[in-house]
Amino acid sequence: MEELRVVLSKAGDISPIKSSEYVSVGGYEGLRKAVEAPEKVIEFIKASGLRGRGGAGFPTGLKLSFTANTPADQKYIVCNADEGEPGTNKDRVIMEEIPHRIFEGMAIAAVAVGADQGYIYLRAEYPHLKKILEEALADAREHSFIGPNIVNSGFNFDIQLFIGAGAYVCGEETALLDSLEGKRGEPRFKPPFPGVAGLWGKPTLVNNVETLANLPAIILNGPEWFRQIGTEKCPGTKVFTLSGNILNPGVYEYPIGVTIRELFEDVGGCCPNGKKLYAVQTGGASGNIIPPSLLDTPMDIERCSENGATFGAGDLMFIDEDRCLLDVLENLIEFFEHESCGKCTPCRTGNPQLLALIRKFKNGTAKQSDLELMLELGNVMVGGCLCGLGQAAPNPILSAVRFFPEVFKVNNNYERGAS
Amino acid sequence: MYKVVIDGQPSEVTNGTTILAACEQLGIEIPTLCYLKHLTPEGSCRICVVEVKGARHLQIACATPCTDGMEITTMNERIYAFRHMIIELLLANHHADCFNCSANGSCKLYQYAMDYDVEQTRFEEVTKFRPKDESSEFFNYDPSKCILCRRCVRTCNQLQSNHTLSLKNRGVATWVGLPFDKLFKDSNCVSCGNCVSVCPTGALTTKASKKYRSWEVTKTRTTCPYCGVGCQMDLLVKNGKIVGVEPADGPANSNLLCVKGKFAYRFINHPDRLKTPLVRKNGVLTSTSWDEALDYVAEGIKRIKAESGPDAIAGFASARATNEDNYVFMKMMRAAIGTNNVDHCARL
Repeated sequence: MEELRVVLSKAGDISPIKSSEYVSVGGYEGLRKAVEAPEKVIEFIKASGLRGRGGAGFPTGLKLSFTANTPADQKYIVCNADEGEPGTNKDRVIMEEIPHRIFEGMAIAAVAVGADQGYIYLRAEYPHLKKILEEALADAREHSFIGPNIVNSGFNFDIQLFIGAGAYVCGEETALLDSLEGKRGEPRFKPPFPGVAGLWGKPTLVNNVETLANLPAIILNGPEWFRQIGTEKCPGTKVFTLSGNILNPGVYEYPIGVTIRELFEDVGGCCPNGKKLYAVQTGGASGNIIPPSLLDTPMDIERCSENGATFGAGDLMFIDEDRCLLDVLENLIEFFEHESCGKCTPCRTGNPQLLALIRKFKNGTAKQSDLELMLELGNVMVGGCLCGLGQAAPNPILSAVRFFPEVFKVNNNYERGAS
Repeated sequence: MYKVVIDGQPSEVTNGTTILAACEQLGIEIPTLCYLKHLTPEGSCRICVVEVKGARHLQIACATPCTDGMEITTMNERIYAFRHMIIELLLANHHADCFNCSANGSCKLYQYAMDYDVEQTRFEEVTKFRPKDESSEFFNYDPSKCILCRRCVRTCNQLQSNHTLSLKNRGVATWVGLPFDKLFKDSNCVSCGNCVSVCPTGALTTKASKKYRSWEVTKTRTTCPYCGVGCQMDLLVKNGKIVGVEPADGPANSNLLCVKGKFAYRFINHPDRLKTPLVRKNGVLTSTSWDEALDYVAEGIKRIKAESGPDAIAGFASARATNEDNYVFMKMMRAAIGTNNVDHCARL
């Protein structure tokens, strides 16, 4: 399959700061079209079939309509740029190379739902982006793409940059909103959903960077054009992040439905030094780990979940035969244990227990009852945690037990995972 | 009105009713730890899960609103196993020193462990406990007993609005602490004790509760005598002596008390307490009857008024009397005695 750049179109070819250069490649044309017929924006997005690119895959048009249909004196657009998932770098690249496309997407969403204030919640670990985004925002404001009376339309919409404080959980939309309000970043119970009562209790649209960056092209080229790309239930492209034991790690945009094998062999160039592939973690740090026998799985939400993989944020971490899967799992669970906010019982107390159990397998002291307890706990967390962090944290372990049962040796000595 | 079916029983609830409230209407008990009637439900402890037909995962009863046609199951194997696991996880991070614990007999974790047949947790202890804080005059704080239901934090912030307690760190290292990690005695704590009243375990306990257990005391509902607000409270009585006070859900106080109502009851059995009026006889204060004391006061007032006029008399009322008593006192001073010299201790 050929690379197809929609979100990253012209990225890297033009200045990320100057709106004039973005305009010279067709930038802000989508916004101009949107302000002419704001009532059609949501219709277009719904018809395009665009689904959220942050990991959950929620239909974007529907999300827009929730915020649009809730009457309020004030509404907000929040761009979730808290890209914290280990192994995900797509939003960073979009923000580094073509931030105006995000601003344009936010402005289109604002026009559609009736918001006049936007926020970009940037993860603290991307400090270099602060300067780029601030300068690009200043340039956009100077040329009236944001601010009062955007593109001479009578609409007002400004964007403020907000830097997070380094918590992974703040990528969860309600924890993000709490953090944005100046509180401790903890997920809220839903309902109410942010579309109804979000930032400071006002209807708020929270979307991922890549999702918002898709809006300009959909408005400009129409939903039919968008639907020609990708698969029937998942139209469009995806910016994939390839990492791990692979020759060409990086960020690549391909139509949804590209197989993991194509991304591994053709794009990534297989494992370096002729090593054999042992496993692939799909979707991100909280995604399923699958064996090479599933490499022909197409990367789209439905096919992934049917085959036991995770689409998530489009990450693929390749693990070669020299790695021990238990080391990988220990590292992942250490991350979730560290990043759990501590609000709900199963996540706060469950992650450290998963970690303790994985370490038992590593040091060869695990019993059959430990394996059963680990699975029981994992399933309680998947079904019972308050937010996506805890619900997804056991995925790597649960999928590894399913696909790599040989790794979980009971009462046996530590062995390399590839054996 | 929404129609719901809970455990096969049809019921009608108003829009916005939570599953928990709907269950309460039918007398079905659901275990709760983080839920408190007067606080915004936050759904963090996860013990109140129930099964909702059509939902993939178990739903928490305390925060999930009923929808029309909802079919709810409050107990089955799946729910039992889930709650069992939550209790095991909590017990793994709980210093189960039940024999010495003041909360023995009133501990919700203990109660649920018994209800759900958790004799021992299968998990290892993974928390490093913070040191105890016994600096308060009135209560002790033992973080090793804390299960992080956050009732105390939310009560301190949402209801008492004192912002003394807050959550520190995150994940398994989360703990309930004070500003700048101070001790209670050095903090802005006003010792209202409402955090102690809501603690479901032995993490926050009154100092006095070391010497009684819940099954030894009788509860007597009464009105707090300290001011005119009329807070409702339960006196805990052991062997004829008051050993503690718990707030009740009265219209004026909604399960809250202040430091006086909660902790200032020890004068009742104090040897220095005045139990009769005293009248000075030959220079010595002598115990007497109310009749004699009131006659003495009435005669004195009449005499002074006749000799020097009503403005030679002043009345000073107490905040410990009710508003009605204070009103009548003011009337007595102005109408019966005829002076405007009347004031109240709350102005001090």
